[in-house]
Amino acid sequence: MAFCALVSKKALGSALRSGAADLGSGLCQIRRLQTFSLPDLSYDYGALEPAISGEIMKIHHQKHHQAYITNYNKALEQLDEAIQKGDTSKVVGLQSAIKFNGGGHINHSIFWKNLAPTNEGGGEPPKGALGWAIDADFGSFEALVQKMSSEGAALQGSGWVWLALDKELKKVRIETTANQDPLVTKGLHLVPLLGIDVWEHAYYLQYKNVRPDYLKNIWKVINWKHASDAFDGEAA
Amino acid sequence: MSSSSSPVQLELKAPPYPLDALEPYMSQKTLEFHWGKHHRGYVDNLNKQIVGTDLHGLTLEEIIVKSYNNGNPLPTFNNAAQAWFSIWNHDFFWSSMKPGGGGRPSGLVLELIEREFGSVEALLNEFKQAALTQFGSGWAWLGYKDGKIVVEKTANAVNPLVADYHPLLTVDVWEHAYYLDYQNRRPDFVSTFIENLLSWDAVSERLEEAIAKAA
Repeated sequence: MAFCALVSKKALGSALRSGAADLGSGLCQIRRLQTFSLPDLSYDYGALEPAISGEIMKIHHQKHHQAYITNYNKALEQLDEAIQKGDTSKVVGLQSAIKFNGGGHINHSIFWKNLAPTNEGGGEPPKGALGWAIDADFGSFEALVQKMSSEGAALQGSGWVWLALDKELKKVRIETTANQDPLVTKGLHLVPLLGIDVWEHAYYLQYKNVRPDYLKNIWKVINWKHASDAFDGEAA
Repeated sequence: MSSSSSPVQLELKAPPYPLDALEPYMSQKTLEFHWGKHHRGYVDNLNKQIVGTDLHGLTLEEIIVKSYNNGNPLPTFNNAAQAWFSIWNHDFFWSSMKPGGGGRPSGLVLELIEREFGSVEALLNEFKQAALTQFGSGWAWLGYKDGKIVVEKTANAVNPLVADYHPLLTVDVWEHAYYLDYQNRRPDFVSTFIENLLSWDAVSERLEEAIAKAA
């Protein structure tokens, strides 16, 4: 197994092209399994205060997101082994751990970019194409904020509330997903522009049971520039 | 195990011990929020929702069963379902714990556990795994079904009253249940629950009731 991991795709490719010795000897399948690591935040943990406390940001990033990544890597390793052994039962059995932990990694990676300190543009409403799309599809920016907050507050249990671009209909709309389901589970044609984590770990130490207060305050640190860039990138 | 008494309004039932009685394993602060805000909030919401409907005046179990309607939920069910289930689950949770909890089961509980799982350790291990693999919010349960002790887990506010086993014990693994004391460390919380809070007396009592009902 270690040998397989060491042989790079490039080396394999060139070896085959030059007609070198048959590497498909059945000893192992050459595959390079990517492992994932925790992305850095582009701001300090305390930079989003008072909207989100530094204590929450640190635990959220270093403990929760890291745990999703660690467990995702572990599940992928187990999946790789199961595939190689042809253990279908195990392959299928691992799907929920992959969806949960992989989804957690996807969602949180987006979330960190969706936030920005107020002195770096956090909270500034979107202009340009996304601004117009929001006006067209929601009536006004305020209406969007109100609707997204109320859907986030109403979400039962754990999950996320999203502002999504529907690539087919070329409209923006609000979606929610449960647990760590990424937005694509609601449709492959949906692009996440903005996601708000409404798991209790995202706000409990500061806002306790009052999720609506968290949702009221988070708009002050939402990075609309990132959402606009994502919109412009897809809608072009 | 009914949490309602008054025919007019559901009441918030207090835990069977003072709010600081589970320290240091579950802080008074946690109880103040968990019982005083979350649990109380569910009761207040439900009372608001059932005023003027034909659910008004029923016990909590009657409301849940009537609205679930054997799997064809009535229109009122979805709106208040979380509140209803949550109230019942939380009542059950408080009395699944006691000051000086933990230790070992005895009598019939011990017998059934050893018969089904081989040992108490094996059973508690499975219970812990259920609690840790309940991705997102939910509950882990010990139950009694077909003469056996079983381990189950449910998501969000789903509740065994509409399932096929008699609940004997539950641990709340919504993050609000442990976040103030343990933050992200759910495994530590669940271990502590097992070792220091779990009420085997409650399990025995409920097993007797379950056996009597099943007879």
